[in-house]
Amino acid sequence: MALITVENIYKVYNMGDMPLEVLKNVSLEIASGEFVAIMGPSGSGKSTFMNILGCLDKPTRGRYILDGLDITGSSLTELADIRSRKIGFVFQGFNLLSRTSALENVELPMVYSHVPNNERKQKAVKALEAVGLGERIDHMPNQLSGGQQQRVAIARAIVNDAPIIFADEPTGNLDTKTSIEVMTTFYKLNRDAGKTIILVTHEQDIANYAKRIIRFKDGEVVCDEINNKRTEAE
Amino acid sequence: MGDILTIFKIAIKAIWVNKMRSALTSLGIIIGVAAVIVMLAVGEGTKKKISDQMSSMGSNLLMIVSGSTTSGGARAGFGAQPTLTLDDAYAIERSASHVSQVAPGVETTGQVVYGNQNWSTRITGTTPSLFAIRSWSVEEGALFTDEEVRQSSAVAILGRTVVDNLFGVLDPIGKTIRINNVPFKVAGVLKSMGQSSMGQDQDDTVIVPVTTALKRLSGSRFRGTVRNIMVQTYTTADLPEAEEEIAVLLRQRHNITGKKQDDFIIRNLTQMMESAMEASQTFSLLLAAIASISLLVGGIGIMNIMLVSVTERTREIGIRMAIGAKAWDIRLQFLVEALALSLAGGILGILTGVGAALIIKTYISGFLPIIITLYPMVIAFVFSGLVGIFFGFYPAYKASMLNPIDALRFE
Repeated sequence: MALITVENIYKVYNMGDMPLEVLKNVSLEIASGEFVAIMGPSGSGKSTFMNILGCLDKPTRGRYILDGLDITGSSLTELADIRSRKIGFVFQGFNLLSRTSALENVELPMVYSHVPNNERKQKAVKALEAVGLGERIDHMPNQLSGGQQQRVAIARAIVNDAPIIFADEPTGNLDTKTSIEVMTTFYKLNRDAGKTIILVTHEQDIANYAKRIIRFKDGEVVCDEINNKRTEAE
Repeated sequence: MGDILTIFKIAIKAIWVNKMRSALTSLGIIIGVAAVIVMLAVGEGTKKKISDQMSSMGSNLLMIVSGSTTSGGARAGFGAQPTLTLDDAYAIERSASHVSQVAPGVETTGQVVYGNQNWSTRITGTTPSLFAIRSWSVEEGALFTDEEVRQSSAVAILGRTVVDNLFGVLDPIGKTIRINNVPFKVAGVLKSMGQSSMGQDQDDTVIVPVTTALKRLSGSRFRGTVRNIMVQTYTTADLPEAEEEIAVLLRQRHNITGKKQDDFIIRNLTQMMESAMEASQTFSLLLAAIASISLLVGGIGIMNIMLVSVTERTREIGIRMAIGAKAWDIRLQFLVEALALSLAGGILGILTGVGAALIIKTYISGFLPIIITLYPMVIAFVFSGLVGIFFGFYPAYKASMLNPIDALRFE
């Protein structure tokens, strides 16, 4: 069974008199262990789609089944609970808390999912080691490079053992070299840890790390195919 | 919900990041709490002062003084024409059933001489009843008796100050002193009473039998009349009936009938003290109420800063929500921050208030009596906590209602 199933999803914003359809009748499935890139120009609805998949937003119409559970009608509190257990986010702007050490940033999701205090630190250190930052756990975000900050964010996304990681333009603020570092981290998480990774990007080079590429245009899926020219990271 | 300790740590950290701002925000609470503490300390002090006054004066007291008189259409002021006599006092003692002690009093000032020393002091003529009413006792010698009053004996009881000035280290008992050239034998020395609450030296006095004072000491302008009659009843409940009884008796004795005005006044001293006590309590409550307005203003200051903080940290709130914080977690975090700010203000306010009260106590306690008790501190602390919760709730609620997507996009 698919990990993610969406059926006939619509997202409509009421801007003045004219309803604006950001997503139109989107249906697709993503299986566990996939590495999917969602591509499309600005305004194509790809970010809105990711927000809905990531339980940050609700569709106007349609059904969303996550890990066998229909969450279409779930309350905000239930969605927050699902986020803390099943979903990790990585953002373009890193979104780490400033004046808060790498370790504490990574511990934060566990604060909200009731992991006991002593266990929290242990797991956070392990997650930071997994992304190659074992030496820098006490650094503040402003003492880390962009690539390192993004890897702290990745550590934060995986620390709760979430099966799905959403990455919204994770390399948007990074140069080519650090972009490769970050994408390699995702590649390994997918290959070695079996994480399902859903990546939103408008760069073809970055999308090429994925196994499958879904293209959006004007709120619709225009192309959904296996990536034949996949970049194999090492 | 994350565990409370972690949330508390996060809150303390957020407060610590903006030290100056947090300090200024708490200042309103600090001032409010300090003002409440000082006002309640003054109120407590005033209450104590009045009750001390009451107990030194004696309880269940009526004081009868001469009233105004009219002669030939000209009205004299109260006490201008003494109308009370010693016989009035004896009559009250004999026939008023609710009365336990009756002490007529005359007062004059006189020059007291012993050997080559002399001293000007207050001379009070009275009966042993006054000793009972005031609970006075001697430290040397003995008080004079009713028998000595009846015989108009020339005996005197001296206050400590008079003894020190006339006799120095000598033993005064049995010595003969002259008061306005009339010889008196010293019978006893009153136990020192120190200053009265009005700052008067209560030991600077000479007490003689009222009869002796009337017959031998000039200065009492109207022979046979007394300045006042102090009456003590058995219980407080007896006071109104005793007052009524005495009024009827004195009107009869002074031939006052029908609508004619009384030539005496009966003052219920206990009642006066009680109303003074009530007035001071009302006053200190009013002051505390005004002080608590400052606490309210401080609370509004906290709400203001918390609202600013929520706006500034919109992105942080978005991040927390995206990684699993529920609305309740966010609400609790900001509520705890507001609470920590107000409680810190409360603690500092208590310290400031107690400090200010101690300074007042040290330097101007004669003017403002101060008593610091624990109870206003507990109240102020709890109240500042409530202010924090009350004014922190709206900003916390606002934070928790943010949409995570918008919050994350916030620059």
